[in-house]
Amino acid sequence: MSPVRQDVESRVNLLRRFTRRPGRTAAEATALVVAAVVAFPLYWMVLSAFKPAGEIRSDEPRPWTSAPTLDSFRRVFGQQDFGRYFLNSVVVAVAVVIASAFIAFLAATAVTRFRFRLRTTLLIMFLVAQMVPVEALTIPLFFVMRDLGQLNTLWSLILPHIAFSLPFAIWMLRGFVKGVPEALEEAAYMDGASRARFLWQILFPLVLPGLVATSVFSFISAWNDFLFAKSFIISDISQSTLPMALLVFYKPDDPDWGGVMAASTVMTIPVLVFFVLVQRRLVSGLGGAVKD
Amino acid sequence: MLGGLLAYPIYQLGLISVFHYTQAQVSGGEPTTFEGFGNYSRLFSDGQFWEVLLATVAFAAACVVSTLAVGCALAVLLTRVRAVPRLALMLAALGAWATPAITGSTVWLFLFDADFGPVNRVLGLGDHSWTYGRFSAFFLVLLEVVWCSFPFVMVTVYAGIRAVPAEVLEAAALDGASPWRIWRSVLVPMLRPILVVVTVQSVIWDFKVFTQIYVMTGGGGIAGQNLVLNVYAYQKAFASSQYSLGAAIGVVMLLILLAVTLVYLRLLRRQGEEL
Repeated sequence: MSPVRQDVESRVNLLRRFTRRPGRTAAEATALVVAAVVAFPLYWMVLSAFKPAGEIRSDEPRPWTSAPTLDSFRRVFGQQDFGRYFLNSVVVAVAVVIASAFIAFLAATAVTRFRFRLRTTLLIMFLVAQMVPVEALTIPLFFVMRDLGQLNTLWSLILPHIAFSLPFAIWMLRGFVKGVPEALEEAAYMDGASRARFLWQILFPLVLPGLVATSVFSFISAWNDFLFAKSFIISDISQSTLPMALLVFYKPDDPDWGGVMAASTVMTIPVLVFFVLVQRRLVSGLGGAVKD
Repeated sequence: MLGGLLAYPIYQLGLISVFHYTQAQVSGGEPTTFEGFGNYSRLFSDGQFWEVLLATVAFAAACVVSTLAVGCALAVLLTRVRAVPRLALMLAALGAWATPAITGSTVWLFLFDADFGPVNRVLGLGDHSWTYGRFSAFFLVLLEVVWCSFPFVMVTVYAGIRAVPAEVLEAAALDGASPWRIWRSVLVPMLRPILVVVTVQSVIWDFKVFTQIYVMTGGGGIAGQNLVLNVYAYQKAFASSQYSLGAAIGVVMLLILLAVTLVYLRLLRRQGEEL
């Protein structure tokens, strides 16, 4: 090791020791405080869901509860058809995630691996499609669904969600498919693999992190949807979804906060579980998507 | 599929916006009549439309700037801490991200509730109502929007910073650059593609905020003081059955966002990225 290099290294170490350590403690304290602040609304939500009614309506809200109770949850689950709403939400979200992941995978492969006429136009279309305010399209979609006779059915929620999550999914997945070296494809064909085999057994596992990242987005948009459910499920309440069930408790003048918080908890938990499951892949997935 | 569910409704949207379309036409009681740009001229001569447009732009801009500032600052912070605080922050952020817009809205409303919310208690504000005043209501919604949308920025930018070679950052630190200086002069240029993506996504999302405004301000606030374009269009179309006016507002939004897209494409082009 040359003396110059040694000198530089010791200077780096010095710097680390003297400037970084105190800075790091402050940074870590900040990080923990921010984490607490960010998590606080969620904590308060779960807490309030377990608080007895008297404590919720008290003038001295406390960050703990002395008598946790399941009353609010009982009210939520006791609500007519709540299980039905929950199931409807699950059906819609799962159908949207699977369908849009499948279509987006094929479409992303098509636009990255093949050059065809209108390819660039198509890509720009995908980008433009993301800009479309979903809410503005609710009006014409309402008429489309009416003409298709799908109002009040889960299809009226599934189909638009697939359509709206696809552009973003394809746009993101493109980067992943691009990242798989073409040589790999050639080698696979050389070894006698068919196109389908390459697609499903080689390309698919390689872009899986990307698929996970995009699935998160489509899952959230479908699970959280409030507008379509409100607009397209107009009379047949048995086809309604969770957000609607939550709003039952939220009356602007006198909201049943316990019920709202319990319903919110029930609604948030599946998404949280989904997130925790895919957390690691999500971070690497987003990193990969933006690196291309 | 895409064509059917995206292109066709957009076409319909344009179509509806140039017809006279109200409840009577929907139920087939009256024939639809062509109005040309009548709906648009009615819209543009309506003072409320301009006010809502202005509010939307200002609100979206405030949301985007705050989200980006918070997201980027925390991303940098994440790179300077050890595993445990990093995991804590990451999990909290993922929690906020995962929270459905509607539950986030109700929870924040509850936190700031005039009678039973903890925030007023802690700040000693008595029964100050946050949703009563125009700006405080917008501010409350802004807090919720930033809360649920900064994690996307943070996670993405963090992933980007990690991809920057450590030597580069070390060299900058060795030359005595402050953290702010490193961010300005080293990270921003290197992360530009990522920053463009998150900025544009934020613009798109924040311009289209619907659920938060709808739920938190009760459909647009007292006398519509908290309306943004999206909610305005919805109210016009579904609450007062003026479908064509709602559609015209939708077209205006679409055009504004298309302009944003064009700028985005220009930026991508300039970086020499091939589509």
